[in-house]
Amino acid sequence: MTYIPHTDANRAEMLKAIGVKSLKDLFPDVPAQHKYPKLSVPAALSEMETWWEMQGLSEANADVNHYACFLGAGAYNHYSPHTVDYVLRRGEFYTAYTPYQPEVSQGTLQAMFEYQSMICQLTGMDVSNASHYDGATSLAEGVLMSMNATKGNRTKIVMSPLVHPQYRSVVRTYTQGMDISIVGDDNLKSDLPDLIKLLDQETAALVIQSPNFLGQLEDVKGLADKVHAVGALLIVVTDPIALGLFMPPGEYGADIVCAEGQSLGIPLSYGGPYLGIFATKNAYVRKMAGRLVGETVDSDGTRGYVLTLSTREQHIRREKATSNICTNQGLYMLAAAVYMATLGKCGLEQVARLCWHKSHYAAKAIGKLKGYKVITDKPFFKEFVVKLPKPVSEVNEFLLEEFDILGGYDLGQDYPHLKNHVLIAVTETNTQQEIDDLVEGLKQVMEQ
Amino acid sequence: MSEPLIYEISSPGRCGVEMPASDVPETELPKDMLRSNLGLPELSQLDVVRHYMHLSQMNYNIDGGFYPLGSCTMKFNPKINEDVARLNGFAFTHPLQDPQTVQGNLAVMWHLQEWLKDIGGFAAVSLQPAAGAHGEFTGILIMRKYHLDRGDTKRSVILIPDSAHGTNPASSAMSGFTVKQLPSDSRGNIDLEALRAACDDTVVGLMLTNPNTLGLFEEHLEEVVKLVHACGGLMYGDGANMNALVGVVRPGDLGFDVMHYNLHKTFSTPHGGGGPGSGPVGVTEKLVDFLPGPVVDAEYPDDGDDTPLYVYRQPKKSIGRLKAFNGNFGMFIRAYTYIRVHGAEGLLANTEHAVLNANYIRVKLRDKFPVPYDRINMHEFVCQGKFAGSDVRALDVSKRLMDYNFHPPTNYFPLIVPEALMIEPTETESKETLDTFIDAMRKIADEAVNHPELLHEAPHNAPVKRLDEVKAAKDLVLCCMPIEFEKQATA
Repeated sequence: MTYIPHTDANRAEMLKAIGVKSLKDLFPDVPAQHKYPKLSVPAALSEMETWWEMQGLSEANADVNHYACFLGAGAYNHYSPHTVDYVLRRGEFYTAYTPYQPEVSQGTLQAMFEYQSMICQLTGMDVSNASHYDGATSLAEGVLMSMNATKGNRTKIVMSPLVHPQYRSVVRTYTQGMDISIVGDDNLKSDLPDLIKLLDQETAALVIQSPNFLGQLEDVKGLADKVHAVGALLIVVTDPIALGLFMPPGEYGADIVCAEGQSLGIPLSYGGPYLGIFATKNAYVRKMAGRLVGETVDSDGTRGYVLTLSTREQHIRREKATSNICTNQGLYMLAAAVYMATLGKCGLEQVARLCWHKSHYAAKAIGKLKGYKVITDKPFFKEFVVKLPKPVSEVNEFLLEEFDILGGYDLGQDYPHLKNHVLIAVTETNTQQEIDDLVEGLKQVMEQ
Repeated sequence: MSEPLIYEISSPGRCGVEMPASDVPETELPKDMLRSNLGLPELSQLDVVRHYMHLSQMNYNIDGGFYPLGSCTMKFNPKINEDVARLNGFAFTHPLQDPQTVQGNLAVMWHLQEWLKDIGGFAAVSLQPAAGAHGEFTGILIMRKYHLDRGDTKRSVILIPDSAHGTNPASSAMSGFTVKQLPSDSRGNIDLEALRAACDDTVVGLMLTNPNTLGLFEEHLEEVVKLVHACGGLMYGDGANMNALVGVVRPGDLGFDVMHYNLHKTFSTPHGGGGPGSGPVGVTEKLVDFLPGPVVDAEYPDDGDDTPLYVYRQPKKSIGRLKAFNGNFGMFIRAYTYIRVHGAEGLLANTEHAVLNANYIRVKLRDKFPVPYDRINMHEFVCQGKFAGSDVRALDVSKRLMDYNFHPPTNYFPLIVPEALMIEPTETESKETLDTFIDAMRKIADEAVNHPELLHEAPHNAPVKRLDEVKAAKDLVLCCMPIEFEKQATA
C-alpha cells in the first residue's frame, strides 16, 4: 500500500498542467540506461500483515519486562512515568520540524528552554544546549570544544580509562583527522592520581566519569583546581539519576558536563535514540556546539523563545562552524523534560535513593556467597563489580536459562585485567525478589 | 496565547508520580558526597499534562497541516510505525544483550541494511550514524581512510558546489580537510570548467547532492563522475534528496562511492521537533572494509536450515565507532515498517508522486514567483519571493503564509538564489491541499504589491507575533531558575 491520496482524475489534471503525458516523463535528466532498476525489496504487505510480522519479530527478543535485567553499562532499565509517552505521542510534538520558524513553534521552543533550565539545575552548570545525539557524541563534542576553548594550541587530552569504553572509542573516531593525542587510558589501570601526573601545559582537558564505568563515585575533591592550574578544562561524564542525590559536577568545578540522558524516561529501545546531555559555563557559551534556545519578546512585547547564537552553526558559518551538527534529539529532549517535570525535586531523589539501597543490598548479598568477591575500594551508586569464580558468559547463560535473568556486563571485553569480572546494575525497577533470585542463581551456578 | 514557564507553576511539596518505598533494608548514604539542593520543579501530574498539552497547541505539525519545507521531506508519519516501535520486544531490549537473545532486532537491522543497499545500489550499509550530518561526517572519514590506506597521503581538499547544504563544508572541516567551493552554471548544474580546473591529486572527493538543492538533476552527472574518478577522488552523495530517486535510479549505479540516507526524510521516521534523525551510510565494494562497526551479518547453518543466525561483525579496517551502542534503533523499526508496507512498487510510486506534486506547484506559481532555473524539477523547486515595485522579501512571504495556516517553505536557501523560497510538497499531499496552498501563495503575491504592510507585520494569527531574534542573541537568557533561587539571587 502507499499513503498517496491521488485519484486517476487528479493525476491526469496535474500532468496536463505540467505539460507532460505520464509520470515517466517527469525524469528527463536521469540517464536512461540506469532508469527503473529492478529492486529486490519484497512485495508490499497490507497494514494488518505488517503489524503481524512486526509483532512476530519483536517476540523473537527477550525483553526486560519479561526478564529481570541486571545489565547497565551506560543504558539502564529505569521506570518512565506514563506522562512521558503521553506527551511524546502527541502529533503536535513528534510530527513538528526543527523550530526555525519560531512563531509557529513556541511549544517545542519553550519545552527546549525549560529543558535547558532543568539541566542547569541538575548539573549545577550555567548553560545547557538543547542536546546532542547521545552521551558518547556529547563527550566527543566536549573534547572538541575544550581544544577550541583553550585557543586551539593545546593538543593533548588526558582521558580516564574508566570513562565508558564506547565513549572513548567515539572520541577517537571523531578526532582521527586532527592533530591531537589522547593519553591516560593507554594504561587501563590508571587511577586519578596517575592521570593528574599527566596534566601539563599542552593539555586541553582532563576527562573523567563519575560514577565511573564501574559504577564508582570518584574522589573529586580538589581535582578541578589541579586541572585549572595548568590551564586545562575539566570534563565530567556523569549519570543524571545519580545527580538526584549526589553533588553535581558544577559544584566541584567542572567546566563541561556530558551525560547520557536515556535514564530520564527514555526507553532502552536497543540502544537508541537516546539523548546527549551537554552543559558548560557561561564563559564558553559561544564555543559550544548544538542548538540553543533563548528568551526574547515579540513585536507586542510578549515573552517568546527562539533558536539563538546560530552564527556558531553550520547553516550560517559552513566550514567555520563550531560543529557540523544540524539536529538535536528534539523528541527525546522533550521526554527527559517531561520526566524531570513529573518526578520533580523529590521524585528524582527517591529514584536515586532506591538505586542506592537496592544495589547495596544486592552487593552485600553477593559478597556473602562463597567464591564471589565484590570490589568495594570506592563508594558505588547503582552499579558494582563482582569477581566471579567462572567465566562471565557461562554464568550469564545459566542465569538466563534457569532464572530468566539478563546478567551483567562482561568487563573482560574492555579490561583484560578484569577477566571474569561482571558489572551488575540494580535500579528502582529491580524488586527484592529479583535480587534474591539473582543471588540464588549465582549460588547455584557455583554448584554446577 | 502564552503558557507560564514550568518553574512559574511549581509549588513546594508537589510531585507528579510517587515511587514505592524501598523493599530492601536501607544502606547509609555517604553524607559528604550528597548535594545540598535540587532545583527541579514540583508539579502535580495534571499540572504536567496541561502544561505540555498547552505547549503542544502552539506548534505547527504535519498531523495538523501542510509543510512545504524544501530539503526536509515533511511527509506523513504513518501511525503504525509509532505502535510498532513501542512493541515490548523492541522498546524494552537492552543494547548490550547477547545477540542470541535479540534475534528479532538483528533481523530488522539486517533486512534494513539489505534493502537500503538495494535501493541505493551499494555493496554494504552501516546503520550507525545518528543523523544526516553524522552520516556525512562518517562518509568523509571513510574517504579519508581509503586514501590513507592506499598510501596516498597528499589529498586534503573536498570539492563542494555552492548550492550545497551547510553541513557539507562543516563535516569536511571536522575531518581536517579544506573546502573548495564550485560555482553553478546557468542551468543550475555544477560548472564543468571549474570542476575540471579543480580536479587534481589533492582532491579527496566531491560532495554532491543530486538532485541538488535547486531540485534539479545534475545534467552532466556522467562527466562529473568521470572527472572526479580520473583524478583519484571519490564521489560522495548527500542523500538528503533521495525522495526524488527511490525506484527511479540508484546513486551507486550513477557512480557514487559513498552516500548517507536520511531515514527521517525519505523513509518517514518523524522529525520530532528537531531529531532524532538517522543517517545510515552506503558504500561501494572498495569501501566496505572502512565502514563504522559493528554491522549485522547473517550466518546460515550447515544443516541446510534457512533460518539464519544474525551476528555482529567488525569491518576489517573500520574508521571506528560513531556513537555508543547500535545506532538509532527506534528509527530502524519505523523505516523497516515503511519499506515493508510499500514494497518496491509503492516506493517507486511515492517518488513519482513527490515529483508530480512539486512540478504541479511550480507551473501554478511561476508567473507570480520567478523560478530562476525553470525546467522540469525533481521533488522540490526554488522560486523567489521578490516583487516589482515592492520591498516585500521572502521572509515576509513566509510569515504571511502562517496566517493562511501553512508552514512556510525553506527560505534564503540555497544561498545562490536571492530571496529563495524552496518548496517540497512530498507525495502524501493531495491535489486539494496543493490547490489551497497555491491559492494562498497567489493571494500573498498580490498582497505584496497592494498591501505590503500585511506581509511586513505578519504573522497576525500565530501564537506570537514576529520575534526579536537580535535581542535574544544580545541579552542571552538561556535558562530560568526556580522562583525561590531567583529570590535568593536578587536578595
